[in-house]
This record gives sequence, structure tokens and C-alpha cells, in this order.
Amino acid sequence: MAETERSLPVITIFKRTRNDLPFAQKKFLKKTKRGKVIKVLRERYLRDDIPCGYEGCTECADYPGYKAALPAVGFTKHTKWRHEAGHWLVVDTNIVLGQMDLLAALPASIPLVLPSTTLAEVRHRSLPLYNRLQQLITEEDRHVWVFWNEQHRETATKVEYTAALQDEDEDLEEADEEKEKPVTGTQTMESTPRVAIRLALQFYATHLMSQPKPRGSSHPQLLLLTDDRANRTKASDMGLSATSTREYVDGLPDELKVKLSDLVATSSGDGHAPRGDTTKRIYTDYLPQATLQAGITRGIFHQGYFNADPYNYLEGTVSSATYDKKILLVGRESMNRAVNGDVVVVELLPEAEWKAPGEEVLDQDVALKDDDADDEEAEAEEAREAEAKLAAKEEQNARGLAAKPKIKQPTGRVVGVIKRNWRAYVCHLDSSSVSDAASTALAQQTVFATPVDRKLPRIRMRTRQAPSLLDQKFLVSLDSWSPYSRYPDGHFVRALGKVESKEAEQESLLLEYEVPYRPFGRAILDCLPTEGESWVVPSKSADNVIWRDREDLRDLLICSIDPVGCQDIDDALHARPLPNGNIEAGVHIADVSHFVHPDNPMDSEAASRGTTVYLVDKRIDMLPALLGTNLCSLRPFVERLAFSAIWELTPEGEIVSTRFTKSVIASKEAFTYQAAQDRKDDKSLQDPLTQGIRLLNTLAIKLKEGRMRAGALSLSSPELKIHLDTNEGAPEPIDVEQKQSLETNSLVEEFMLLANISVAKKIQEAYPQTAVLRRHLPPPKTNFETLQDILQKKKGMTLDVTSSKALAESLDHCVIPSEPEFNTLVRIMATRCMLAAEYFCSGSVSKDTFGHYGLASPIYTHFTSPIRRYADVLAHRQLAAAIGYTPLHPSLQSKSHVERTLSVVNRRHRLAQMAGRASVEFYVGLALKGRSLKAGEGAPAATEDAFVIRTFRNGLAVFVPQLGLEGLIEFKKDVHKFDPEEYAIALPSEKGEVVVSVFDKVTVAISIEKDKSTQRAKVKMELVKPVASASL
Amino acid sequence: MSSSRIEILNEGGLRQDGRRPYELRSIAMTFTPHPTADGSATMQQGLTTVSATVFGPREPKGQSRGQVRHDQAFITVEVGEAAWAQQGGGKRTREVAAAVRDTFEPVVMLHLYPRTEISVYIQVLGSDGGILSTAINATTLALIDAGVAMSDYITSLSIGLHLTQPLLDLSSPEESDIPHLVIASLPGTGKVTLATLETRIHVDRFEEMVDVGVEACRILHGEMREEVRRRTGRVVERMQMGQGHGAAGS
Repeated sequence: MAETERSLPVITIFKRTRNDLPFAQKKFLKKTKRGKVIKVLRERYLRDDIPCGYEGCTECADYPGYKAALPAVGFTKHTKWRHEAGHWLVVDTNIVLGQMDLLAALPASIPLVLPSTTLAEVRHRSLPLYNRLQQLITEEDRHVWVFWNEQHRETATKVEYTAALQDEDEDLEEADEEKEKPVTGTQTMESTPRVAIRLALQFYATHLMSQPKPRGSSHPQLLLLTDDRANRTKASDMGLSATSTREYVDGLPDELKVKLSDLVATSSGDGHAPRGDTTKRIYTDYLPQATLQAGITRGIFHQGYFNADPYNYLEGTVSSATYDKKILLVGRESMNRAVNGDVVVVELLPEAEWKAPGEEVLDQDVALKDDDADDEEAEAEEAREAEAKLAAKEEQNARGLAAKPKIKQPTGRVVGVIKRNWRAYVCHLDSSSVSDAASTALAQQTVFATPVDRKLPRIRMRTRQAPSLLDQKFLVSLDSWSPYSRYPDGHFVRALGKVESKEAEQESLLLEYEVPYRPFGRAILDCLPTEGESWVVPSKSADNVIWRDREDLRDLLICSIDPVGCQDIDDALHARPLPNGNIEAGVHIADVSHFVHPDNPMDSEAASRGTTVYLVDKRIDMLPALLGTNLCSLRPFVERLAFSAIWELTPEGEIVSTRFTKSVIASKEAFTYQAAQDRKDDKSLQDPLTQGIRLLNTLAIKLKEGRMRAGALSLSSPELKIHLDTNEGAPEPIDVEQKQSLETNSLVEEFMLLANISVAKKIQEAYPQTAVLRRHLPPPKTNFETLQDILQKKKGMTLDVTSSKALAESLDHCVIPSEPEFNTLVRIMATRCMLAAEYFCSGSVSKDTFGHYGLASPIYTHFTSPIRRYADVLAHRQLAAAIGYTPLHPSLQSKSHVERTLSVVNRRHRLAQMAGRASVEFYVGLALKGRSLKAGEGAPAATEDAFVIRTFRNGLAVFVPQLGLEGLIEFKKDVHKFDPEEYAIALPSEKGEVVVSVFDKVTVAISIEKDKSTQRAKVKMELVKPVASASL
Repeated sequence: MSSSRIEILNEGGLRQDGRRPYELRSIAMTFTPHPTADGSATMQQGLTTVSATVFGPREPKGQSRGQVRHDQAFITVEVGEAAWAQQGGGKRTREVAAAVRDTFEPVVMLHLYPRTEISVYIQVLGSDGGILSTAINATTLALIDAGVAMSDYITSLSIGLHLTQPLLDLSSPEESDIPHLVIASLPGTGKVTLATLETRIHVDRFEEMVDVGVEACRILHGEMREEVRRRTGRVVERMQMGQGHGAAGS
């Protein structure tokens, strides 16, 4: 009967046998968000066609789409487990959760079996780790086999009627705290997953036994790798082999052992329970997850991201939806082991105990410099002193501020952590923590690693290679933070290179900002056109697919205008007068979506990279260079595919009509901004191309006027340009100067904005639910409070923040004629009060929040740089579908898919910006160092004018516009007076007191200083004028 | 790859409950659970259990008298849900009722029964996705059980779409997570009498899903026909036994 017509798949009804009935259903209780408990019943089908993955297996070989991955001979070089055919490792969940670094570093020749139980548990506990695990599975030369044990008839566990089944219960999804508990917790009650994993091992043992033996030898042995002692005992009771990570690594051949033993996470639970009641408990325990959830729903607890203060290591904030202001956490105990970026739950203190943020700079490197990594009990005097001092100051503050309670902030303490966002951190070794006695031998010792990021605490780790790490940068991964320990425990991952060598700095920067920088893999490069470099636009013919629905714009006088040395040319422009007096203007964008098809490896890679990252001396591409700098790049004098937006505009800049089309163009010239400017200004040139640029320019001026009238902000952030001397082999920074803006910059910008806005309207109209748009939310008024107050008090100026137009106007009035930089400074500070722009999916937010505050446009997207931004690629696809060029790929019709993709892109975008800035900062540092070498020993590298932007109880934060550098001036001796109300510090000098307050222009001496214990180069600033601060 | 809460299809090509994309859930059918009615049947697809009871063709009574048509019968459908299986509430059940009526009107040979009413009472006894399709399947069986003339079976199934992969016969967690289409078709001709879709799906995918769905309905039909034949065989056997017995007695 079932004669399948065409190529329909085989459809079957899964018939259940009576024997399966005990396994047929999963029953569990679930607590809803509202606290109601419901019983959930799910079906489960057991299968016989789950392959075992063994090359030598005859039984599983016939299953559909099956490719064996486990070799007939396992890993044979281990010194303890010497089975003649070697062994495979079966990985338990706790290994992935606790020892992922080790797992990834194990030699590829060790075959791994991953039971699906492990996979499900990992996915449930930590998505980042799950993603890393997926990466490991797909690694080409590694033998990893996922065994779907839960679905296999012989290994499925009968699910007991448990209160919370792990892989299903959504509300407990983020409960990853179990890891923190001592191992004893799991010993009392054996969980089903452990049983499941042991069953899988048992299955393999019997399954392999039933297979014909390979010539003369036997099948490999299976070895369970787990750090759960109970699991190991039970396994050996069942006659299975099991080992802990420590034991396994110690038994590896020597060269591997040395390499890997540092990677074993310290908390690798081998019964290493906390040292009991003899050690002092420093932190309170976290509350159980259920209590936290209940507290959050009832509103007594608040959930948010923990944000450590970079200036003061004993202070942090948590932004919560309930309060406008951030919740302040003061002191070690209140922060309760939260690390920057964690999602924490905070309990508020009674209002009487609320505090104002500290006005002091507290550097943990300095304060805690003598703390001993080995010894918990001997608390360093200095640390205690610093903390006591802080407490005293706080009290003083509290008293002082009692009269003016408005400065107080809600204050709380951390009672639990919802989610740890730990990753590997780039660190230096704190040399003072390395013991001298051990400096020669390769003995294991406990040392401190100081993260480069100032917001992170020092990490304690055990290593055998401390002496060789002294001048290195290296990666450290956090493992745990026990309530008995001042510092978190971590383990060494790998060394990056010598401090201040450019390679190490660059790599550490990329790692620190999580920029994926691996070269593109084979699968991705296979998606490129096979012609490679020699790909050209085929000659025009009606039946060519490329020319279908494409307009031939090769005759138009199109040119591109870009910064010097730009290789990935995304955009080109043209303009020409029309017979009716109007002007036709066109923006032509590289047609990336022609080469990057949805849902192939190149597309997924681009989606996960999100954006191209520009560092001072390196560019990390989003797309392979062949596309980015050649096939897609709109280079001059060659034909290229483009996506064009063409307007008819009146001479006043009003849009008459808009159309979009795929096209073929041939750019006539690639200008730099300067060259285009010169060409435009050169009155002797009257050729059509120059006329076109002039036409574009006049229109751009009109467009800009229109935007400004609507209330667009012109904001400012310091932009620097680093001159690199490329004559020698390695680029050396020569000098730093501020970027200048030409008329042609604004020309290009205006037309790109116009294109983006037009495209946004079009795709929003066509796909109201899933259009890829970009918005900039208006900042909450409270963000501006401090700035408004300072401006009012110090300069008598007001800032109207009621709308972007009002803000733009009042910013224009913040001018001091004698100090032209003052306005820029205010703009910089205002920019910092704003929210960041973000991509979003039009269906997921209400329509009245689409607006772009900074550009004062009701709708906006990114369309013009598809080579370097993934959101633009999506916009291209949607626009192509909106004009009926191609059907829209289903993934772009799914709101959840678009949302997911954009949240990745948003994050990457933010990190890329930070990485770029950090790179500039590094080079500014290098340039300063170069200057100070020239200046000679002891002399400052530079003496520059600076503005005070913030005052602390014991210091000033200043901004040096010339270098785009922000720095801190500390006053060590307590001889100054601090007035928080007036944002001022009074400094003693020979001529009496000199008051320095926010916005004051001062002169600072800048020098580079190397921290003695961490090798971290720091920019050090000292006040020169009005008072020399060296002695303060 | 995906970060949604449940993994619709894992790397091993298995769904949440261990099925592959083109595998239907285990089915079970019971005929005449309510002997007082003219015909009844219970259909179980996975954990979804629906019981359909048919009265008629009979003389219209009470309120429905106004709907009487002189040349043909009319169908009334009522849907009730057991308290433990409730999901959508009143609106949802009314929708199911309307969909079932519309589905069967063209297939039941109404002109054979003028001035009569055929009442179908549907009870949802367990819900785990695919209520509508199970209700349609149960109604087909109940109508057959009642001996009402129909031009063909109607079988129905839900088809979901995970990225580009169609999935057949969705369970309730899948149903709440991915776009899905309910199809009812006449397996003999391959005609589609019902297709409901509440989310947006791309046109290209839609065609593929309908094709797969129609084919799956055909498979389901094979199974149902087998069951109907087995049962009819048993009935005939018993009747013959009764006849033989009677003949011997006379």
C-alpha cells in the first residue's frame, strides 16, 4: 500500500512493545514561575538502532547515516591502564563542568565516548561549556563518539519519580551551583545520571564482547573518567574501570604529564573537603536556588549583573530593574565571592545602612601585596589595615552624609549566584607570591595570578612552572571559590608569551575580549567560489543566473571614498542631475549575500564572529579575505556585484522616490577622504566625476541640516590615530594624533545614513515581525544627574535632557570661548551617560521603541557594511526578499532565530569596540614609552594639558584630550581636603590652598611605570600645574 | 547551535522523546467503548487520548431542530475536555468542534440521510499535542463504527518544522516550540480537506510539509483500515457463530 511517490521519506509508526512500558513515560514535578507545582508527563521511546560507534562492530554498521568514529585500538601509552588494545575514555559530566580545559588539551589520540546523559547535563548547567564541548566533538582529527544512551533500549534508565528531573526542568535551568557543593552532597543520594553512565559502560563491555575479535588481540577497554568518588566505587563494584582526572593525568607518559598536570582544576573534588571548622569562614554560604527564586518573585531579592568597580576592589554595583540607581555592594563580605559579570541575587540592607559609593581609589595589588597565597590564616596586615581604613571612612561618610541623604544609594549584599559567567582570564604572575626556595626546582607551589582586567580579583593557582611564568602572560581559568578562602581558585591553561611582546599582547587582547581569531577552517573555505582570485562577473547574457534581475550600472560614474589603506571597500556612491531638475543619487553596497548563502558553514562562522575586529595593527575578518578584500570589495576599475539603493532627490534634499536593486557596477575611482576633498576643492577640475562628488556634497549638507533640525546629536568620543612605521619588519608606533574630520567624511556618512534609514523602512514594511533593525534607546534622565549637577555648580551651565533635540541644543551652548576643548569634553561625558545602540528584531519590541535617539530617526538599520558586520548581511537578505529578488530563507522568518543571532552580534559588536579601544591604548602606552626613552631616564614621557573629570577622596581622574588617555592621580599623604558636594579637592601649596575641581584644566606629567610584582605596565600621571603632586 | 530550552532535534537526529523526524507516535484504537451509542471509538496517539461517540443518523431533537435540511443530514459536533487534560479552555474546544464538522461535512454522504442529524461527541481524555488530528481520526473510526456512509476515510496528523526539517506527529512540548501545520486528508485520493496553520511558514517549506503530511496520513490510514478490518472480521465471525448455533437449534 505504501507506495511512496516521488522521493518522499520513509514514514513509519513507532510501535511500542509491552516490554518497553516501564520506560515509556517520564513523569516529574515542575514548579512554575508563579510557584505552582504541576505534574508533567512526557513520552519516551526506546530504540534498537543506536549505533555504538566502534569501527570493528559488525552489528551497528548498517544503521542509516552512520560513520564509526572509535578506532579499534584505543590509547595505549598510559602507564597505569595498559590494556593490550588500549582504552577509550568515557566522560562523566563533572569532568566537562570542572575540567574542560584539560579535556580539550588531551591528545587527540585518546578516543572519547560521550554518553548523551553527560551532554544533556552539561547543556542544562552551562551553555558556554556545552558549546565548547560541541566544538570538541566536531574537531576533525579527534575521535569522539556521542552515545545516545538515554534512547538505547539496553542502557535507558527507568526514571524515578523525582521532584526535579535535571534535563527537563526549565526553572532550574541555570542552577549550576551544585558544582560548588562538596562532593559529600552527591554521595548521600545517587542520581540517575550517574547510574545511566555506568549502564552505558556496561553495555559497551557486553556489546564489544559479542563482536568478533580482531586478529589475535582484543577489543579496547573502556575507562570511566570521573571526579565523583562514589561513582568510581560503584563502577568498580560492577567490575568496570574508573579513574579520577588527577590519577589519570599522573599516569600519562612523562611529556604529556608535565604539559597537562597544571591544567587539572584544583577543585577536582577528590574528597578535598574544606578544611573544616579550623579555618575561618570568610563568606556566608549562598542560599539555595529555590529560596532565591522565591525571594525574587516576592520582590525581597533583586537579580542583576555584578559589576566590579575598577577603581576600588572592595566595591561593586548590581544593576537591577527595580531601582533606577544601581545597588551598591560595599566590602568583601557583601560582594560575597561575586566575580565581574556574574548574575547575582542581592538582598537590600535596611535603608538606615545605605551608603554612598566610596570616593577613594583602592588598588588591590597595592593593598594586598604581601598576602601569602599558601596561607589563609595569616591575613596580611596591610590588607586588614586597608579594609579597616575603609570601614572607618565609610562610617565617617555615613555621618557626614546623614544630612544630605540624596547621595545615598540602595545598598545590599549578595545572597546567591544565579549564574557564573566565568571564562579564562589573561593574567600575570604576582612575583611576590612565588617562593624563592622553589624558584629553581619544578616543585608545585601555590601562587597568585593577577588578571589584566582590573575588575577581577586575584586568582590562586597551583603550578609547577612558576619560575618560567614570571615574565609571561598566560591564561587562567577559574574553578571555584570556597567560602573559606579570600581568593578564588583557578588553574593554568596556557602561556601566551612574554609580557609586552606584541604577539602576546595582541593575543591576550583578543582573548580578553573573546574575539574568535582562529583561521577559517576547511569547511568554511570550501564555501568560497571555486575560481578563487580569478572570479569575475560573467559577461552579460539573459540566461546567466548572475545577471537575472540585475541592473547594469556599469556605465554610471561611481566612486568609493574610504580611509587611507582601506582594503574592504563596502560602499560606493554616485550622483547625477536628472532632466527634470532633480538629482539621482545612488549608494552601492558590496553584494555579500550573493556569496554568503544562509545556513552554510561560512554563514554560521560569520554569524558567530558577528563583526570584523579592527586593532591598530591587525584586522580580524568576519569573512574570509578572498571575499572581504577582493570579490566583494568594490575595487576600482573592475566589475563587481552590488546591491544599490537609488533615490531621486530634489535639490533641497527631499526624497522623491526610492528604489533598491541588485546591480553590477564598475567603480571609476577609489578615493581617500583627503583625495576626494582635494578633488572637490580643486576649482579647475570640471569632469563629470568631480561634478558628481560636488553634487553629493551639496546634498549631504542639506541632509545633515535636516537631521540636525530633527534633533540628531553630534556626540564625541576620543578618536585617535596611531602612526605606524612600517618600513622595518615590525610596525613600531611612532606617534599619536587625533583624527581629523573632513567634509567628505560627512558626505559619506550622510549617504550611508540615508541608505540605512531607507532600507530599514523597506524591510520593516515587508517583514514586520522579523526585520533586522538597530535602535538607540533614549537614556534615562537619572544618568545625567551627576553631569547636570557638576555643570550647574562649576560652570553655571544647564543641560536639558528632555529630548535629543533639547540635549543637542544645550550641548551647543556649553562653550567656553577660551577653552575650545571644553565642549568636546562635555560631549564625551554626555556620551558616557547614554545607552549603547543595539540590533533588535522588529517583532520583539513595541513599535514606539524603534527610534534611534542619537540620529533622531524613527527607524534605523545597518545595511552599508556587509563585509564587516553580520547584521548587514541579514538586512541584505531581507531586502533582497522584500524586492522579490530571492525568497527569504526560513531562518530569517523565525523571530526566535533572528533574536538569537542578533544577541550574539550585539555582544560581539560591543566586545569588538572594547578590543579596538584597548589596542589603541596599548599603542599609546608604547608610544609614550618610546617618547620617555627619548626623553631620558626619570623624565616624564609627556607633559600635557588635561581636564579633571572626577574627584575622589584621595585622588583625581583626568582626561588628556591630546592622547585620548584617561588616568588617575593619587595623593598618598592625607594633607588635602575633599569636598564631595563641590566636586573639588583643596591641595596645599606654598602659596596656600589651591582648589582643583571637575572641569578644571590642569597640566600633568605622564610616565610609564612597571609594576614590580606583576610586570604590568601602568600609565602613571602626576600633577604639574597648578600644584606639583609628586610630594602629596 | 540552538539555545532554545528544549532541543527539538539533537545531533543524533533524535527528537525529545527518542523518535526520528518521520516516525509517528505509537497508536492504539478501541471500538465501541460506549455500547449505548450508535458508534464510538477511542484513538490514542502517544499520550493523547480522544474518544468520539456518534449518535445518528437520528431525528433532530431540541434546539437543533431548526437546522433540519429537507434533502440531507446535518452534523453537530461537541467537544469536551476531561478536567485533567484541559489546555485551551472553551474557545479552543469550540474551534476543534468547528474544524471537525467542516472536515467531515464533504466526506459523509449526507444526502443519504435527509431530515436527520448526526451528532458527534468528542471527549479529550489525555492531551499531549495533536488534539485536533487525534479527534479527527477518532471521529472517522466512530462514524465507521456507527455505519454512517462516507466516501473515504479521513486521517489527520500534525507536521512541524524545525529549521528546514519537517517533523511528524508533534508532542506537546514540540508543539509549543515550533511552527506546525495540521493536515487532514482523504488517503484514497490524496485530497486535503483541512489544513490549519497558526504561525508563519515559508511557502517553499509549506509545500514540502503538505507532501510529507499527506503521505503520513496514508500510512496512518493503512494502520486504521487494518484495525477496522480486524474488528469487522471478528464481528462477522461472531455473527456466523450465532447463526450456526441458531440453525442447529431449529
